Amino acid sequence: MGDLLSLDFMRQALIAAVLVGLAAPLVGAFLVQRRMSLIGDGIGHVALAGVAVGILTGSMPVLTALVAAVAAAVGVELIRAAGRTSGDIALAVMFYGGIALGVVLMSKSTASSGNLTGYLFGAILTTTSSDIVVFAGLAVVVVGVTWVLRHRFFAVANDEEYARAVGLPVMAYNIALSVLTAVTVVVSMRVVGLLLITALMIVPNATAQLVSRSFRSSLVWASLIGVLSAVGGVVGSFYAETPSGGTIVLLAIATFLVVSVVSGLVTRARRAAHERAERHDHEHGPQCGHQAIPHDGHIDYLHDGHRHAAHKDHYDEHDEHPHERPHDDHAQPEEVSR
Amino acid sequence: MTSTPLIELRSASFGYADRKVVDGVTLSQGPGEVIALLGPNGSGKSTLVKGLLGLSDHLGGDVKLFGTALAKFRDKPRIGYVPQRHSLSTSVRVTVREIVETGRLPLRPWWRPSGAADAAVVDKALDAVGLRDREREDVAALSGGQQRRVLIARALAAQPDVLVMDEPTAGVDVANQRILADVLARLAERGTSMLIVTHELAALSDVVTRIVCMNAGHVDFDGSPTAYAAGHRRHELGDGHHHSPSADEREPGLAAIVTDALPSREVRRG
Repeated sequence: MGDLLSLDFMRQALIAAVLVGLAAPLVGAFLVQRRMSLIGDGIGHVALAGVAVGILTGSMPVLTALVAAVAAAVGVELIRAAGRTSGDIALAVMFYGGIALGVVLMSKSTASSGNLTGYLFGAILTTTSSDIVVFAGLAVVVVGVTWVLRHRFFAVANDEEYARAVGLPVMAYNIALSVLTAVTVVVSMRVVGLLLITALMIVPNATAQLVSRSFRSSLVWASLIGVLSAVGGVVGSFYAETPSGGTIVLLAIATFLVVSVVSGLVTRARRAAHERAERHDHEHGPQCGHQAIPHDGHIDYLHDGHRHAAHKDHYDEHDEHPHERPHDDHAQPEEVSR
Repeated sequence: MTSTPLIELRSASFGYADRKVVDGVTLSQGPGEVIALLGPNGSGKSTLVKGLLGLSDHLGGDVKLFGTALAKFRDKPRIGYVPQRHSLSTSVRVTVREIVETGRLPLRPWWRPSGAADAAVVDKALDAVGLRDREREDVAALSGGQQRRVLIARALAAQPDVLVMDEPTAGVDVANQRILADVLARLAERGTSMLIVTHELAALSDVVTRIVCMNAGHVDFDGSPTAYAAGHRRHELGDGHHHSPSADEREPGLAAIVTDALPSREVRRG
């Protein structure tokens, strides 16, 4: 790792990886919450048209891509807000129009086809340092704004009708999130590429959902997994001589698969070890009259001499020292049958 | 009148685009009143409360909230909205507390993080609905009735002056309806004003201080629960009913009457 850091371009690439790995899952969390996981992909398509315009006119492709992506992002929200059934088709026209225009325009420029691949799938090691500075600045803004507004994005995504009823500017927050998505797509296009960036927005969140118990902790997990995948992918692609974007995404997906298998096993082990209390309509609570016993981060209620703890839609039996009990199916069968 | 009514409608109409769903309703709610807004499906109850919240269009007449005309009313968190929601299940993991905390957001500017005062109010709101001990659980794991209480707590977190609820007991089993009714009764004891859209008056009969009945966009009864019960007997004797006649309209009041005639609250805990 030491010799890697002595390489100038590698240092740049790693900084970019950390920032993208942080920003993409953070913004993506709210897209997952709004069930708009694939919107980043569409915006990426339109950004390609912007890149092509930039290359053709000799201006900075980053800036033209940014303009195109932000315009597409605002368009997405306006189409959604109109709430027409044809909105879906309007989005398709916009997204595929964007990528088709990009490919056609690119073919008219003198740039090689390798250039196109670089934007579509990421080519961090060939990115100029002036671009990296712009990307870094934008990424810091995305992370900062998303973090400050996270509760509001959460509230609007969680219940749009309620947010409107209490006077939150719902449309403004939706457009803000969409624009943040667009900026993230452009910032990430040299690291993971326009066609792969959505994976880095969504997959770490899917993994985080498996290990976290609250939205707050899932944000932290997703960012952590995103950063590790991005840095790991950049380092891996250097040694394996593979494209950075694909390597990062494969790493993120591998993490997801491993975590889902492990969490599946843990869930099964827990299910085998926990025992349900008898059914009762009565709900335990502060007013129920049963003695409340704080126990390991939750509250047990003393019910006819044994302890009930709320678990999903039923109650579990918790005895005096439940956590010392071996966690397998054959533990204390006489209690299970009770 | 010693105090300004919380909600005041004078021949008010609400609807969507140009279609009037609620037409010419006059109604006023004073502090401390708990009004049940009854009526068959499609009678305009939900449209009316959504109109107060700015979720349906105000198409005519006067509407005042806390003495301010609806168009100029900006202090929206003063109305605590509990939407009709059969399930809170979301695409992501969300704890009970995280949902309730969103109730505080409209009260502070976007750049200010939540403070100790916010946390204290959220604690109280969770206590009020009896879910403090489950605040760290995933809302998707709760029963329908418990999820409804989460939404009530979210509304309470904004410290509103009136709670507006859309079908709080719909789709909730009897045991959970009883808990919900107890929660509402405790709120009423503390002087919380409520406007409750409901089909199931029986579950809430101990809480309600006044009944407003809507039919086909109009109010056709407004009075005390006792008067309402008496009125029902007249209905059952076949006293002339009066809604706007229309060929395809079924006897809309019937379903509500049948439900409401059920004995209230068969079992009391004791």
